[in-house]
Amino acid sequence: MRKLVIAISMLSLAVSAAFADPILDRQGLMKERGKLVGGLSKIAKGEADFDAAAVLTQLQALQVNAEKFDVDALFPAGSDKGDTTASPKIWEDMAGFKSTEDKYLADVKAAVAAAPADAGALKAQIGILGADCGTCHQTYRVKKG
Amino acid sequence: MALLKKLIGAALVLGGVGAVAGWILSAPVKLDTETLAQLGPGDAARGKRIFYAGGCTSCHAKPGSEGEARLQLVGGLELKTPFGTFVPPNISQDPKDGIGAWTVGDLANAMLKGVSPSGEHFYPAFPYASYARMKPADIADLYAFLKTLPAVAGKAPDNSLSFPFNIRRGLGLWKRLYLSNQPVIALADNTPAPVLAGRYLVEGPGHCGECHTPRDFTGGTKKSQWLAGAAAAEGSGIVPNITSGEGGIGDWSETDIANYLETGFTPEFDSVGGAMVDVQRNMAELTPEDRAAIAAYLKAVPPHPNGYPVRAKPAK
Repeated sequence: MRKLVIAISMLSLAVSAAFADPILDRQGLMKERGKLVGGLSKIAKGEADFDAAAVLTQLQALQVNAEKFDVDALFPAGSDKGDTTASPKIWEDMAGFKSTEDKYLADVKAAVAAAPADAGALKAQIGILGADCGTCHQTYRVKKG
Repeated sequence: MALLKKLIGAALVLGGVGAVAGWILSAPVKLDTETLAQLGPGDAARGKRIFYAGGCTSCHAKPGSEGEARLQLVGGLELKTPFGTFVPPNISQDPKDGIGAWTVGDLANAMLKGVSPSGEHFYPAFPYASYARMKPADIADLYAFLKTLPAVAGKAPDNSLSFPFNIRRGLGLWKRLYLSNQPVIALADNTPAPVLAGRYLVEGPGHCGECHTPRDFTGGTKKSQWLAGAAAAEGSGIVPNITSGEGGIGDWSETDIANYLETGFTPEFDSVGGAMVDVQRNMAELTPEDRAAIAAYLKAVPPHPNGYPVRAKPAK
């Protein structure tokens, strides 16, 4: 029993240590975000069936993801170093970076509030969210090899 | 002593001949009358397509502007490169600060020959090395469309370049090496029409190779690594390999490429970033046929491995 407790606590320690790396944390959130948008995009393009309830669930998951995106915790000073494609401009213009993220969160919330009734409405919303992705990545991400 | 004098004399003569030859070889060359005659009347509706294919607004709109303001071509963006800082000028219809007083021939000489109305070389940061492959009739259409855009007063600051790049005349020699109206990739006569149409859009107005192809030490694109990706001219990043070679987009279908150009999403639902964001927004203004043509051409170009060095991953 004692061994088991130690094993479990070591495991949870390892997990929390893994999540203590803000670079991995923010990359994880971004990957999840891309996956959700990808699923919604397939529906918007008619490659998957439109089911209003399922679409709303996906949009809500996108909102949860966006709300978890705590810029202060995920982009602390010094986290521009390491295996990251975050641009130094984030730390040069933290207010500007935060405002693009705020706009994205507001647009996701608006999409949830106006739950799309068909693929066309969803496509318009994905268009807005996609433009938000591009606006942020235009300035605050550096493409690396 | 007499020998030394002779040697100095010979050196001066040779130097003089070299200087004269250099001066002659570096002279700006304008279009011949035959090419100017092909310009035709121009059509603004068709010119709109050329405007977006050419991405004029990406460099010439006021930095940071959105929506309709992207059509106010006042210039002022700063392109910070190893050669110095280039500042795209005002190309709005303002007759004094912009190009409102230009004739269609002036625009054609600028885009196809890199020569200004006053007969000076433009720097190839203005991508005429690609535009040189455009059809004269497309320039006339673009001219007609530019005429429909607003006149905006205000001069953009001058370029600020380091020696010897600040000597414009030297560009005449550069042009002798790199300025050509011939296609980069030779394609057989029986090549499908979309591939040929895509070649024109990519190699000509789209000027994709200007960023996606590595350059040699004089700043010319390396045709042997066409579209293989390159270190970015600005900043520390890279511009991706868009051939089907290793590290490139071989696993993207033509539909994936066309979809990316329309929506900004990669097949893995990463999003467009960096300077490509403005390019993608321009590509979204084209027709589905044009985007499909670009995709068809990209699948047809020779595959190359990445044209940029492998990133040293930082130690953890």
